[in-house]
Amino acid sequence: MGATGIIFRREFRAYTRSPMGYIVAAVVLLLDGILFYAVALGPRAGQLLSGQALDRFLYNASGMVAVAAVALSIRLIAEERQTGTLLLLDTSPVRDWEIVLGKFLSALAFLGAITVATLYMPLMILVNGKIAVGHILIGYLGLICLGGAVLSIGVFATSLTRHQLVAAAVASVITGTLFLFSGMAQVVGAPLGRVFAALTIHGRHWAGFGSGILHLRDLVYYAALTYFFLYAATKVMEAKRWE
Amino acid sequence: MVQLTEVTKYYGRKRALGPVSCEIEKGDTVGFLGLNGVGKTTLLRILACGLRPSSGRVRIDGLDVLQDPHEVRKRVGYLPEIPPVYRDMTVRDYLAFAGRIKGMTPEAVARRIPEVEERARVTEVADMPAGHLSQGYRQRVGVAQAIIHEPELLILDEPTHDLDPVQIMEMRGMIRSLKDSHTILISSHILPEISQTCDRLLILDDGEIVASGTEEELGEMLLQSRRVAVTVREGGGEENNGSAANEGAAMVIGRIPGVIGVRRSDRGEGAIEETGTVTFEVECKTDLRAEVCRVLVENGYDVIALARAQRDLERVFVGLVGRERT
Repeated sequence: MGATGIIFRREFRAYTRSPMGYIVAAVVLLLDGILFYAVALGPRAGQLLSGQALDRFLYNASGMVAVAAVALSIRLIAEERQTGTLLLLDTSPVRDWEIVLGKFLSALAFLGAITVATLYMPLMILVNGKIAVGHILIGYLGLICLGGAVLSIGVFATSLTRHQLVAAAVASVITGTLFLFSGMAQVVGAPLGRVFAALTIHGRHWAGFGSGILHLRDLVYYAALTYFFLYAATKVMEAKRWE
Repeated sequence: MVQLTEVTKYYGRKRALGPVSCEIEKGDTVGFLGLNGVGKTTLLRILACGLRPSSGRVRIDGLDVLQDPHEVRKRVGYLPEIPPVYRDMTVRDYLAFAGRIKGMTPEAVARRIPEVEERARVTEVADMPAGHLSQGYRQRVGVAQAIIHEPELLILDEPTHDLDPVQIMEMRGMIRSLKDSHTILISSHILPEISQTCDRLLILDDGEIVASGTEEELGEMLLQSRRVAVTVREGGGEENNGSAANEGAAMVIGRIPGVIGVRRSDRGEGAIEETGTVTFEVECKTDLRAEVCRVLVENGYDVIALARAQRDLERVFVGLVGRERT
């Protein structure tokens, strides 16, 4: 196992040992459950087709995934910088990209575990309604892609500072701005509107996943966004290691 | 083992270190002594490959820290001022993580952990979360992680930081026990830490090495006089009644050729605090411990203790850095 795997294991266990991990998981599951009840089980149940109910559930879950991703990522490097434990990694034969990737993958795995724990809700729609399994799978792939992209933004933000609150603010502003591009694309006319639509982290790139349609374009977008911010985080780590 | 050539470090436009040049041989235990903020930690972090020098060349075991940082890090164990211990991990898990991250195989880590636990004396807390440990234990765990991969060079930045007197003594003992198997660099602003554990001292001031050598060499080089603390039993000599006898002892010492002055110093360095004894601090041109002892015994005084006054090194330190410690 390389350094990435060793760091991944440590960080994943840190989530399972810390109250933070459980709090994030509990809040996400609770709110997803409440939103699912409102969409599919509450008094207005039956007003939506099952496919629409699943689309609405995935839409709500995507928001929760983004918030959870910010919450899970902000401690990853900032906390280590603050407590001084980053010096152990900085003075060990480990490359910066291995540190960044190990931490990112641990957060993605934990976020993935939380997301998978919500699967019983779309399965209830599957059992009681008419939806395709593929719709659920593509929707969950979208949640993981979106979560990974927001996590990478969080990793970048947490690499910048030793203060977790500052990291949270930076991650929220970047993520929020990328979300807002979706609305701005509708307000602003072409060609700027097209640029906003192409850059938004939700809207156009999420829509396909939500309705069970897989576009290569969307996969490439989320992969590129994730790579960009992880690369930026690695460069920040390099700069800070030698500054 | 370590070669520094004209090494500098700037934070923005502020010079934090250098230019510094020195060589440290394999097996040496070297102390970096200086007031807070003179660049000790910066220098040690450069040597630990945790910081890039602004200019100059640093070679460790023949490897350049800028060209082969990965290889250098395998050869270096580093304990920062605040031990880099994950509070959520047990000591054993933490040491296993440290070993693996430093490139050891799982088998080698499993074999090595009991050895370092024993050496750092953390066996009894090995299953406890590091967050529950006292500062002394955390410091020991920090040493354990620094030596787990059997580095050739061990760098300890203020290893007695925040420890109580008992823990300080234990840490000194641990450092002495590591001298046989490692080249050790220690930084401190506390004189006894350095003088009691190191073979050689490098005194830093304002980012530069202002003096280097053994304690004796520094004393010879920089002091016009030496100080000896001698403790005798009260009432000795020909005048065996109280203060007259004490004055007699001072006079006897004062007649020794080379003695510049004698003063009574009940709380001087090297004095032993025991009822019925008196300590004199003898200022002399050279180290006259043997003569002082012989003359006192010949004149009927019981010599209880005799030592070089620790303050000698303190005088060197204060003289070099040009200001009193606060």
